[in-house]
Amino acid sequence: MTEVKMTVNGKPASGAVEGRTLLASFLRDNLSLTGTHIGCDTSQCGACVVHVNGEAVKACTMLAVEAEGADVKTIESMANPDGSLTVIQQAFQDHHGLQCGFCTPGMIMSASSLLKDNPKPTEAEVRHYLDGNICRCTGYHNIVKAIMAASGQDVSALAAE
Amino acid sequence: MYDFDVVKPATVAEAITALGQDEAQPLSGGQTLIPTLKARLAMPSVLVSLSGIEEMRGVRMGDDGQLCVGGGTVHAVVAKEAQAHYPGLAGLAARIGDPAVRNRGTIGGSVANNDPSACYPAAVLGSGATVVTNAREIAADDFFEGMFATALDEGEIVTEVRFPIPEKAHYEKFIQPASRFPLVAVFVAKFADGVRVAVTGASEEGVFRWSEAENALSGTFNVEALSGLSLPGDSMISDLHGSGDFRAHLVAVMTKRAVGALV
Repeated sequence: MTEVKMTVNGKPASGAVEGRTLLASFLRDNLSLTGTHIGCDTSQCGACVVHVNGEAVKACTMLAVEAEGADVKTIESMANPDGSLTVIQQAFQDHHGLQCGFCTPGMIMSASSLLKDNPKPTEAEVRHYLDGNICRCTGYHNIVKAIMAASGQDVSALAAE
Repeated sequence: MYDFDVVKPATVAEAITALGQDEAQPLSGGQTLIPTLKARLAMPSVLVSLSGIEEMRGVRMGDDGQLCVGGGTVHAVVAKEAQAHYPGLAGLAARIGDPAVRNRGTIGGSVANNDPSACYPAAVLGSGATVVTNAREIAADDFFEGMFATALDEGEIVTEVRFPIPEKAHYEKFIQPASRFPLVAVFVAKFADGVRVAVTGASEEGVFRWSEAENALSGTFNVEALSGLSLPGDSMISDLHGSGDFRAHLVAVMTKRAVGALV
């Protein structure tokens, strides 16, 4: 076992892990941050997306020991300090950007990465960026709509499909 | 996954020493290796993590006008930093996998793995790049030796890839939507002294140069120059995603589209 230390959602976090322990497992099992979901466990679905040093990564495809010293942010850090939802989260609620909600943590983390780099994405850019996030309930229409709305763009012309 | 130890060297020299251990294997971005380990298709006793090696990261212009990309540089960084120097390469890097994969996966890992459907080998071969290792420099034409096979020796790692910069280049891929790897993709690079065409995703032998198309395009660089050219389907990968004949057909179509994007 190896002792790892990192900053998770602004607080110091540490624990003893095996070499093979995934970052997703460390977050969920050691830190009880179960908002990071493991959907496919084969790097396809994106439900486990977290930010490591500001960049979106799949926590199921990164070893915990590789995150030594890193600044990690999970879905649990997304809401405002008073518990109210951030613009992206609220947009998902307002535009019905989820059904079962399993993919939503990854969708929100990816969306926030996208809007950081590209504050006013086109619909095509949003869809392209979500390549690695799979939703099996709603299709992507309302997810795309929510992200467009969160970027401050008028989505009234995006008809429901 | 079977369990393994992880060591995290800070320099190439330390990494090479660590790779001398029994059953040691290098770990770069892990976007292929970690899923492989999960499937228990590999059983290393030690993973030597290359991601802490500063000297293997970054994109810079070399004195000889070549674009030098550190082996540990992730795709997202190449997509951004190569754009001003070699947009054809940056465009390829920007469309590998998905955004999260591009934040971890590295050029060195991709070329060392030489997946027959990976994107980077097409750019490396199509540019006539030089693969630099801890021990030597290897021309792209000598580096790729077939499906998942390269000229790398045991314990040898890719520290840098040096790209000559063509007048123009374009990568056109037909995505296999489940894996997001190319089903077939073609990298076309036009240099002052000729054209190189590299194909990935198609052949049982991995990435290859389509010399017939290169000759035609070196004569006249337009889509019409390719008319009538085709490859035999019997040496192509044939699986549930597409027959050999379909892949051979796609090679011609992707090559035409790549050239079409450049003229």
